[in-house]
Amino acid sequence: MNNPALSKINSSFVRKSGVNRRLDKGFKILGIASTAFGLIVLLVLIIDIFLDGAHRLNWDFFVSFPSRKPELAGILSAWVGTVWVMALTALIALPLGIGAGIHLEEYARKNFLTNFIEINIANLAGVPSVIYGLLGLGLFVRYFNLDRSVLAGGLTLALLILPVIILSTREALRAIPSSIREASYALGATKWQTVRYQLMPAALGNIMTGVILAMSRAVGETAPLITIGALTYIAFLPQSPVVFSGGFPFIHFSLQGLFDPFTALPIQIFNWVSRPQKGFFADAAGGIIVLLGLTLLMNAIAILLRHRYQKKVRW
Amino acid sequence: MLYKKRIILKLKEFLIERGLFFCSLLSVLTTLGIVLVLSFETFEFFKEVPIWKFLTDTQWTPLFVNKHFGILPLLCGTFLTTLIAIGVAAPIGLVSAVYLSEYASLKTRNIVKPLMEILAAVPTVVYGYFALLFVTPLLKQIIPNLSGFNSLSAGVVMGIMIVPLISSLSEDAMRAVPMGLREGAYAVGSNRLQVALRIVLPAALSGITAAFILGISRAIGETMIVAIAAGQQPRLTLNPLVPIQTITAYIVQISLGDTPHGTLEYRTIFACGMSLFILTFILNIFSFKLKKRFQEIYE
Repeated sequence: MNNPALSKINSSFVRKSGVNRRLDKGFKILGIASTAFGLIVLLVLIIDIFLDGAHRLNWDFFVSFPSRKPELAGILSAWVGTVWVMALTALIALPLGIGAGIHLEEYARKNFLTNFIEINIANLAGVPSVIYGLLGLGLFVRYFNLDRSVLAGGLTLALLILPVIILSTREALRAIPSSIREASYALGATKWQTVRYQLMPAALGNIMTGVILAMSRAVGETAPLITIGALTYIAFLPQSPVVFSGGFPFIHFSLQGLFDPFTALPIQIFNWVSRPQKGFFADAAGGIIVLLGLTLLMNAIAILLRHRYQKKVRW
Repeated sequence: MLYKKRIILKLKEFLIERGLFFCSLLSVLTTLGIVLVLSFETFEFFKEVPIWKFLTDTQWTPLFVNKHFGILPLLCGTFLTTLIAIGVAAPIGLVSAVYLSEYASLKTRNIVKPLMEILAAVPTVVYGYFALLFVTPLLKQIIPNLSGFNSLSAGVVMGIMIVPLISSLSEDAMRAVPMGLREGAYAVGSNRLQVALRIVLPAALSGITAAFILGISRAIGETMIVAIAAGQQPRLTLNPLVPIQTITAYIVQISLGDTPHGTLEYRTIFACGMSLFILTFILNIFSFKLKKRFQEIYE
């Protein structure tokens, strides 16, 4: 260390490594800040909306139709419409999406057509939702003459979430080791028996996770429903599918409600946000609390489900 | 008896396979449906408005007496909000991806990632409300001449919405980089930052680019935030403080009105939809190819 030149190099090395260490520490703080930023915004958003709309959440809000007076307006037609459309969306998209996922993962041979379908699904998952609305408008509302009905809305949203369900079904099936399939075939099972009795039960948890996430996306979708022309102001409900009255046998089933016009929770919120009167902003915030609660609940269920299945299943 | 049973079983298998095949074919039919519906109405539109006018006219006034059908102002609005959104989402998303992939412990990651997913799950109409009634008043205190409707707050909120997408896809790309590369760099004396910036980031570049492109495509197609908070005035400007209109917001505006089926105004939304579809389609395919190439290198 007596050599002055050597000690100079040495000290510059120490200085440099000190700088590097500080840069590393600094970046870590930056990283934590960036990651926390989104979460802080989420927190601020939730608090802001609660401050704006919590006082609107009472029984009347849920059982009243929209009104010209903000303090009398409610979300009855909105949430009933959302329940109708969601039920229909699930009924249509679930079997079709899971079926397509099974076909692509278990049945399809690797060829040009399969490859094409795969690229196509990846692309569909990225098509803006408002385009699905235009598809619904051109195809279901106009061409099939379904008008602005619950059925047209359900079909449109079903097409929208189909790619998500297909992709999560495929992922769930891919996670099952091939030894399970081989054991099933060795016992003489056919392809469908293998799928039905071995793969489906094993993949169900992960598929349901994907399905719930897809549904939580559909609940909040506004643009496609506006585009197909769902009404923004409506003071009646679609006809109930089950009616307990009238003559014998005192219970009547009807699917007439499918063809009735409807509104939905996000559309009602959008309508209130775009009004100039300030009073409706509180209604919008109230509606948002309900919608956000629903979305977050579905997400929480999906996360718990995934966590549970990941723990339980060890191949 | 056994023979007969076999035939029935075979038939059942065959029918099920056909049925499942039809399900996956439905996705192709959906794309076909989109292309056909959009092209049909767009074709009708271009019969009345020449395509070169649509692409070069600098005014968009289909609802006025003096009608102009130039997509440029709407494209400009879309471009502006997208630019702001990516300006917010790219740095935040990338830095947080580096943090989650290279710095954070497994425990932190397991807690933070689901929370980030919630941020992506918030309905866009909620973000619209937030942009109009929280972010705009907040920004107004800093920038007094900010309009009530503007592309700045819509873009910023859109950026926040896209952060989880960019962060999680970039992190996936970085985590797919083989451990051996990192270990080699550590062995010659690098620290975490050097490993992250000089080894992992370049190695994961195509995956990260794919994430960014997907983010851009999402921002272009985003509808409710801009419909609520950015205004309804199509104009050719890059000023983020004034009301503008995006392609998507225009489609919503027309859909809310009582535009009769078959009119020129009705067809404009399909022409706009077509432009939007082509734009996002190119970006999505590009992103998909990049991601595929990236997966081929490391898997």
